[in-house]
Amino acid sequence: MTHAFSKELISTLMLTLLFSTSALAEGRESGGFFGFLKNEPRVAAQSSPSSKYQQECSACHIAYPAALLPTASWQGLMGSLDKHFGVDASVADADKREISNWLASHSRTDGEKPPQNRIPRSSWFKGQHDGELPASVWKRPQVGSPSHCDACHQGAAQGSFDEDSVRIPG
Amino acid sequence: MNSSSKKTKWLACLALALPLYAMANPVLDGYRAAAKQENPAFKDFSADAGHQLYATKHGDLACASCHTDSPMNVGKHVNTGKVIEPMAPAANPKRLTSAANVEKWFRRNCNDVLKRACTAQEKGDFITYLLSAK
Repeated sequence: MTHAFSKELISTLMLTLLFSTSALAEGRESGGFFGFLKNEPRVAAQSSPSSKYQQECSACHIAYPAALLPTASWQGLMGSLDKHFGVDASVADADKREISNWLASHSRTDGEKPPQNRIPRSSWFKGQHDGELPASVWKRPQVGSPSHCDACHQGAAQGSFDEDSVRIPG
Repeated sequence: MNSSSKKTKWLACLALALPLYAMANPVLDGYRAAAKQENPAFKDFSADAGHQLYATKHGDLACASCHTDSPMNVGKHVNTGKVIEPMAPAANPKRLTSAANVEKWFRRNCNDVLKRACTAQEKGDFITYLLSAK
């Protein structure tokens, strides 16, 4: 009796250990220990982002790391660049193809597609920010809006959102 | 002709040619050709007309909304706050050196501000204004 109980206990303990180790291994960048529960994007540092994506898509804002949206969102955005959140952001056809391909290969096909393909409307984004910050933060002159990642996350363009290096302007 | 007077002639030619070369802008020349095609009665571009285009508000937007009231200034994107380097070549020598780049921004921003494409006349006027800014 005691023997059977121990076996179950050991298996349970081992599974828990395995589970929590892999969760810990996710690291801070994707929300730390409980990140896997919130289904947050895994944003690896952007090693050699497509220079075309960088070049064409950082004129008005940072080139948002591809991992922050699912492929379907990127497709939606690339297919409507002439009506890009109120402005014409259209690019030449060849550039559009190159950028679309790069985004497709650097984003997840599954994953939450936020309303209007807006990153800040993702539930993981709200999970990371809403509990910690008053809504008034977004209205501060140096911040402006929740899509202005690099106002507080200086390494955002490089895919770095480490909580330790957040500096919120006054 | 001895060599020193030859030299003088060369220098004289250079002195005349250099300022003319400095004023020439291949991008502008491209729009000159396009403007002639658009309108056989085309005469020339006007910096004043370009300035008008730059400063006039259409609905809630003017070029100046992002680029400030002078193309010599650093501007700021009206939605994102992103810094925009000056548009005038006198302040930013990289400007107006790539026809493709100039055309891309005309396409986007004329749609944004005027809700239509700019004509070659308008583009040429605008560039002439930018070239005249000091």
